[in-house]
Amino acid sequence: MPSVKIPKKSTWTDMTPFVDVAFLILSFFIMATKFKPPQPVEISTPKSVASDKLKEQDAIMIEMDKTGRVFFTANTQKINEESNGIKMTIIKNVNTVRNLGLSQTEMNNFVKNTTIGVPFSKMKSFLAAEDAVRIKAFEGIPVTDSANNELQIWIAAAQSAFAGGKLNYLIKGDNDAKYPSFKGVIEAFRRNDIFKYQLVTDPEGAPVGTDLYETRQSGGKKTSN
Amino acid sequence: MSDIDVSSEGGGHKQGRGVKKAKKLSTRVDMTPMVDLGFLLITFFIFTATLSTPTTMGLIMPKDEKDPKDLTEIKQSGALTIMLGKENQVYYYLGELKTDGSNFLSTNFKDIRKIIQDKKKEVISRHVHDPGCEKIWAKNDGDKKSCEDKDFVVVIKPNDEASYKNSVDMLDEMSINEVDRFAMVDITPDENLLVKATEKTNPNIKQ
Repeated sequence: MPSVKIPKKSTWTDMTPFVDVAFLILSFFIMATKFKPPQPVEISTPKSVASDKLKEQDAIMIEMDKTGRVFFTANTQKINEESNGIKMTIIKNVNTVRNLGLSQTEMNNFVKNTTIGVPFSKMKSFLAAEDAVRIKAFEGIPVTDSANNELQIWIAAAQSAFAGGKLNYLIKGDNDAKYPSFKGVIEAFRRNDIFKYQLVTDPEGAPVGTDLYETRQSGGKKTSN
Repeated sequence: MSDIDVSSEGGGHKQGRGVKKAKKLSTRVDMTPMVDLGFLLITFFIFTATLSTPTTMGLIMPKDEKDPKDLTEIKQSGALTIMLGKENQVYYYLGELKTDGSNFLSTNFKDIRKIIQDKKKEVISRHVHDPGCEKIWAKNDGDKKSCEDKDFVVVIKPNDEASYKNSVDMLDEMSINEVDRFAMVDITPDENLLVKATEKTNPNIKQ
């Protein structure tokens, strides 16, 4: 009886295709990843069925956190001389309007890191502080007091600095922010004759059976705005 | 001619007798550490990736009209006023608020959609054609349906304790139900009193 010999196979596998796939996925993720810029505070935005993409360039963003603090940020197209010029104009405008007496270094600090979250009374010490200290110092721009809506001045300054260009107005609020701060922000815009804003939200599908759902299913273009 | 001769025979230096031949090494490289590193990086990027890019919802607020003549008039029959209170509570009334507050009703975010839809249907069913419709059709590329709900107006009134999320949810509800005419205004003191009174009777709300 001939005995069947099982041939000894090598356990060595060729890993090359495996490596190929792994690096393909890796390059996809590297390209798809957009790093979040460090934010002064964590803001979780509400969901909405809106489907417009967020355009962060050439925009001023007003953020509201859950304790009702309000922050102002100016975003420009690119980091170059011109955009720094725009930011410099904003801070110079504010400096003149409110007589803050800021030094050149302090204004340069604003250009470097444009999020503002303090009342004018504390602006000087805020901009003079180190970056790390500054983030802790955020106490919000006063908006709820209608007689002293400081955000209004910031918006006016940004509006004149961006003069000629298109400027987006973004409002990014936390789920738990209260209506009065939202109202204060809208009021600040209203006083500058700005009536069109974009609210930053997280995407969500239209609920089944609603009018919007039907329209989207039939491929209709009707959007409510 | 232009080829580079790499063969050991022929040109080049000849190997002498005492020169040892180099051992042929396998060209196979162990890829395991590379794979390890690759997957480590993949894991890192998956965790840091922000895949859901935020969207934006357009909001247009009305101008301040100084002249009362310019104010938009709302037909009482097509008006729905929604008030937002604390702890996600929703209150509403149809038409005008009665002085005794008898048409002031309380609901929640789940049920308000049905109320909006029902009211919209009711307004559409009562619709009769009038000359004003042509303008609206022109605006909507001749869509004849666009005029049917022209009398339907929703007024959203969040009070000071309503959260930002509630306000956005309610605005979102407007786009979900394709309500084209809505406004967000401040709550009146009378309405706020009614909201407060209703909150007191609601056992689910902490005072």
